[in-house]
Amino acid sequence: MRALLLRDLILAIRAGGGFGLGLAFFLIVVVLVPFSVGPAPELLSRIAAGALWLGALLACLLSLDRILALDWEDGTLDLLATSPLPLEAALAIKALAHWLTTALPLVVAAPLFGVLLNLPAPGFFWLTVSLLVGTPALSIIGAFGAALTVGLKRGGLLLSLLVVPLYVPTLIFGAEVARRGAEGLDATGPLAMLGGITAGTIALMPFASAAVLRMALK
Amino acid sequence: MMLRVKDLTVARGGLPVLAGVSFSVDAGQAVMLRGPNGSGKTTLLRTIARLQDPVAGQIECDPDQVAYAAHSDGLKSMLSARENLRFWADVYGGGDVEAALEAFELSRLAERMAAHLSAGQRRRLGLARLLVVKRPIWILDEPTVSLDEASVALFANGVKAHLATGGLALIATHLDLGFAAERFDVSAYRATAEAVGLGASDEAFL
Amino acid sequence: MSIWEYANPVKFLRLSERVLPALWVISFACLAIGLIWGFFFTPDDFRQGSTVKIIYLHVPSALMAINAWFMMLVASLIWLIRRHHVSALAAKAAAPVGIAMTLIALITGAVWGQPMWGTWWVWDPRLTSFLILFLFYIGYVALWSAVDDPDSAADLTSMLCIVGSVFAVLSRYAVNFWNQGLHQGASLSLDKETNVANVFYHPLLFSIAGFVCLFLALVLYRTGTEIRRRRMRALMAREVRHA
Repeated sequence: MRALLLRDLILAIRAGGGFGLGLAFFLIVVVLVPFSVGPAPELLSRIAAGALWLGALLACLLSLDRILALDWEDGTLDLLATSPLPLEAALAIKALAHWLTTALPLVVAAPLFGVLLNLPAPGFFWLTVSLLVGTPALSIIGAFGAALTVGLKRGGLLLSLLVVPLYVPTLIFGAEVARRGAEGLDATGPLAMLGGITAGTIALMPFASAAVLRMALK
Repeated sequence: MMLRVKDLTVARGGLPVLAGVSFSVDAGQAVMLRGPNGSGKTTLLRTIARLQDPVAGQIECDPDQVAYAAHSDGLKSMLSARENLRFWADVYGGGDVEAALEAFELSRLAERMAAHLSAGQRRRLGLARLLVVKRPIWILDEPTVSLDEASVALFANGVKAHLATGGLALIATHLDLGFAAERFDVSAYRATAEAVGLGASDEAFL
Repeated sequence: MSIWEYANPVKFLRLSERVLPALWVISFACLAIGLIWGFFFTPDDFRQGSTVKIIYLHVPSALMAINAWFMMLVASLIWLIRRHHVSALAAKAAAPVGIAMTLIALITGAVWGQPMWGTWWVWDPRLTSFLILFLFYIGYVALWSAVDDPDSAADLTSMLCIVGSVFAVLSRYAVNFWNQGLHQGASLSLDKETNVANVFYHPLLFSIAGFVCLFLALVLYRTGTEIRRRRMRALMAREVRHA
């Protein structure tokens, strides 16, 4: 398992684009927000938390097909499926690698981008916390979507279409935590829900993803 | 250690391609699968490797003893030859990477990225993977594609050494590898168009 | 004689051909009674005026939009557990009908909302949930059409349906929570079921029965089409191999 995690991390670093592309996309989304709604500081500070969550989610979505597509093309998935490593574990590890290489940089960068959107001071802490708790769910749900669309010709667009509805609860609770935090309200309620969703998906989704991947490899 | 297949029916895309296939391979034995393109060799091998379900019949072999190698090698072009082997050795619980590199004359290329290897060298690296996974049952689909004569001889030596240590191999190939091996022609087991009752998924609709 | 006998496509076709004409007649009769009675022979609501009458389209289609997904969930489970092809094809056949029902519910809702709330759309929990359901339907249909092999398409869509159902329920609660955070209670949503008076209630029952029968008829009919399509595919595959 450690070997698979290390390999995915090394590949992400060597191939480039692992950390960089997602972050750059996140930055672009954040920059586009004032262009589309206007530069008024009070408006920006009101929508900052939500806009940052949306940007992070889109950046995450963009890189999902990398979780499995390359391994499918070069036959690694077939070999992994016949290896002693259970597919459930392999998918959980690959989701973890995706989180480490794509989502974690977003979490780190989000407060910096928050400055651009005039995020209120108490919001920085809650935004970081909510992203830290919520993004693992995005990665692990994304691995399920990647397994569903592995080997399909127009997989990329379809993947987004399938995954976005599954992201709704995470986005709602995550953005709610950040927004309440930014407004100085108590955010522990939605944070607990967000944590619950993340814990639930980490516990259950690898099994669904592995079942789907076995079906897709046939 | 043996591999036995009894009355096996395998399907591709919902249609049976081979029906009633029975054979067995004993320890120390190699069997060459023959048959024209599209006759179902790959489907048969994938079924025996448990990558897809058989339509009917039994496969008697422990899936945890099988090493499967197909057209695509599962090599990462951004990893060096040694790193590629190291990864599979770790996943399968540690074989000797250096010995495997040596056996396929890749030691000199060990530090090179797989992206910079030639097709034949990549193929050799893919076959070297079989040595590090340490599994007795080899199921190989066209292992000699894009290998030159010298490399085929290397591969044949690898198979012979594997058989000598009590392993067994089921190989789909058109080449004569130059060692004693039984041949098994799958075209004799082609599922005929009229054949119904084999359990294919489309049959319910006929 | 067990119900699983009709898992055989041929028997299923024979049964559905016998049942379908009656279903069409019943559904159109119920719809005609419900809609005509509802539109022309019920009094206007004292508060909502004649706009209330869109209830005869809105409520049944909303009901069927959810029930269609539920039917797909059950059919998907049957396919995964018992591998009956008819079940998978019935789920496939129900999805576009479900999309249509969701669209009718959304559009009639907007038409109703405009005079009532002064706006075509509010992000009320119920409305939002239906929009999310609509997205789930679209993803499901898109996945069916993207996978070539019918059996693995059935496998994958079934798993999507099951996982999607869990997330749809989660979204429903999430949306409830989210909207309260914004709107301080759902003062805009109407609790239709408890508010409906008897005069409106009886034609509504007819209309609902009509929608249920219409849904069944459409799904049976479309399942028949899918079965024939698979049959053609099987025959052609045999033909090609024979040549």
